[in-house]
Amino acid sequence: MEYSLFILIAPFFLFLVLGLLGMKMKPKVAGIIGTIGMGLCAICAYTVAYQYFFQTGRVGEEWQQFIPVNFEWLRFTENLHIDLGILLDPISVMMLVVITTVSLMVHIYSLGYMHGETGFQRYYALLSLFSFSMLGLVVATNIFQMYIFWELVGVSSYSLIGFYYTKPSAVSASKKAFIVTRFADLGFLIGILILSYYTKTFDFGTLTANHAELVTTSFAGGTFMGLSLATLALTLIFMGGAGKSAMFPLHIWLPDAMEGPTPVSALIHAATMVVAGVFLVARLFPVYFFAAPDVLTLIAYIGTFTALFAAVIAITQTDIKRVLAFSTISQIAYMMVALGVSDYGGHDGLGYMASMFHLFTHAFFKALLFLGAGSVIHAVHSNEMSQMGNLHKYMPITNWTFLIACLAIAGIPPFSGFFSKDEILAAAFHHHQVIFWTLWIVAGLTAFYMFRLYFRIFWNGKRDYNEHHKPHESPLAMALPLIILAVFSVFTGFIPFSDFISSDFMPFHTHIDWTVAGMSIVVALIGISGAFALYAKNSKQPAQIAQSLGGLYKAALHKFYLDEVWMWFTQTVIFRYICMPIAWFDRHIIDSAMNGLAWTTQKSADSVKGLQSGQVQFYAWVFVVGSILIAVLVLFF
Amino acid sequence: MIRLEYYLIISTLMFFIGIFGFITRKNMIAILISLELVLNAVEINFAAFNRFLYPHQLEGMFFTLFGIAITAAETAVALAIIINAYRSIGNININNLNRMKN
Repeated sequence: MEYSLFILIAPFFLFLVLGLLGMKMKPKVAGIIGTIGMGLCAICAYTVAYQYFFQTGRVGEEWQQFIPVNFEWLRFTENLHIDLGILLDPISVMMLVVITTVSLMVHIYSLGYMHGETGFQRYYALLSLFSFSMLGLVVATNIFQMYIFWELVGVSSYSLIGFYYTKPSAVSASKKAFIVTRFADLGFLIGILILSYYTKTFDFGTLTANHAELVTTSFAGGTFMGLSLATLALTLIFMGGAGKSAMFPLHIWLPDAMEGPTPVSALIHAATMVVAGVFLVARLFPVYFFAAPDVLTLIAYIGTFTALFAAVIAITQTDIKRVLAFSTISQIAYMMVALGVSDYGGHDGLGYMASMFHLFTHAFFKALLFLGAGSVIHAVHSNEMSQMGNLHKYMPITNWTFLIACLAIAGIPPFSGFFSKDEILAAAFHHHQVIFWTLWIVAGLTAFYMFRLYFRIFWNGKRDYNEHHKPHESPLAMALPLIILAVFSVFTGFIPFSDFISSDFMPFHTHIDWTVAGMSIVVALIGISGAFALYAKNSKQPAQIAQSLGGLYKAALHKFYLDEVWMWFTQTVIFRYICMPIAWFDRHIIDSAMNGLAWTTQKSADSVKGLQSGQVQFYAWVFVVGSILIAVLVLFF
Repeated sequence: MIRLEYYLIISTLMFFIGIFGFITRKNMIAILISLELVLNAVEINFAAFNRFLYPHQLEGMFFTLFGIAITAAETAVALAIIINAYRSIGNININNLNRMKN
């Protein structure tokens, strides 16, 4: 399957072509070239997926890991070498499908959405760069290749969030996203170094083989500050994943990242890049499970808390993209929890499968939600809910597709989100009651805030649109991706995921646990009817409830002041107690050492430069005196 | 017979008088003359040592002759330079020859 390399080369080539020659093309040409290139890439990914899942992937029962392409990129010593290659196994092939599909939809959608924007060609070039980096990340054969593409993803995300670089808020949002994820990646890098220092390898295959035997034996009880080194390394690696996947408390960049163009939010900050952290943990799952099960517990708790926390904030937000951003955080936290509560092997590995399943379905319905939101923003030219309402009359396609996505994320059968969320809840149910009940509440909250969003946009709310500028349905380029993604959102839930993806590569059978499923349907319906009661008709009740909650509501509206806490932390602790002393040291110690050196050189040069007078007679005098002195020394001493 | 020491004393005196003149005089002709004194002091040494150490050989004498010839050539070149310098700056004071430096 060497042709899978094409999936990587195509977007990179597109990036070069559009980035270097884009300005010489008409915007439309650049957009169409980008879209067609991505289409070819998607076709190739589908071919790889078909061939892998239905022809060559399985030997006997077990799914195989293939490495069709691999070459040594940097070689330091026999053990230490960095390879670049393509690893095909069930999760990476699934990710290829997800990324290329969503990316293609976003490419098509942007033809309409970004029409007439300045920098249209740059936009497509950056989309291609992002697709390349993300695809490279998921097929990475070793942890270092993953890290390289991980950073590339961060860079392209940075430049796409800051696409409207004349807007100060977009610039600061892009910087925030980059710095926060970069801070987390510092942990990731240290984790990689510790891990590979002990195991002497970067390779995923070697690390995870035989129940991660290599990791458990090579660390052999090394401890640091009371923690086993394996735990420490894997926690640090998870920190990188938490940064990218916006886990509490590193989630602060994701809501701000909504400053980017909406299709970018759909591609990067909903469907693909933000699940990189989940993918990372899934990729190293055997290592986590066998070498550091404590870290998995930690992941489960952080995920549970983040899910609840983000869902509560999402209820109060009024910017539709921010609601979706917090919903994304909450749903990714769901996937993290599923990994955290998972066991290894067979049906015990349900959580692992559920996590990947939810990642898969979530990518489609969340991308659909974002693209639908983009379509609405395109029509009313605002992000604020108060500027919307009653749009079902004007935008039927957006209305129906958005409804489908809302039903999917709320977990109503038979939409895809129901199946994946049910598996996660089932996995949590068998693992830990507190986690299960929290997730159950979050499921209700999810249904509530999604339908609050839906009703406020499409039904109740503003009705008096300007006669001359009525909202209108989006053009075909935008409607088509919505329809395609809606189809995906309806049907992907029926894929028997456990046949394809499992923690130990052995297919197993799942069945819907109707106790859990029933409970999740009930809570989703409660959420929806709550939203219906409060928001379907124009009423004063929501404001009253907000009033009665007082401080809690205000805190949630301000995202629990986490931004302010981080700001305080950076300004006071980091700037004052770390940066300022370092700056002082630099300015006073390092700089004065250098200045002193220069001063000494200058002074000594000044004092001896008179010797070089150009007077030959003086030179002769010095020469003679010197010779006489040497002669005297030689003769008498 | 005149002893070797006398030759050497004379040549040493000449040598250091030459050096002293070379260092202190500002007139280029005087410097050239001082230089001649230094070279002639050396040639006296050659001749004297040849006479006293190896009386049956003539290498020292030949060297003296070579020295005289080279000195003459060098004097010619130096005088030519001095004349050019005079044409250029109007005098032959060594301290005034600093146009290249400044």
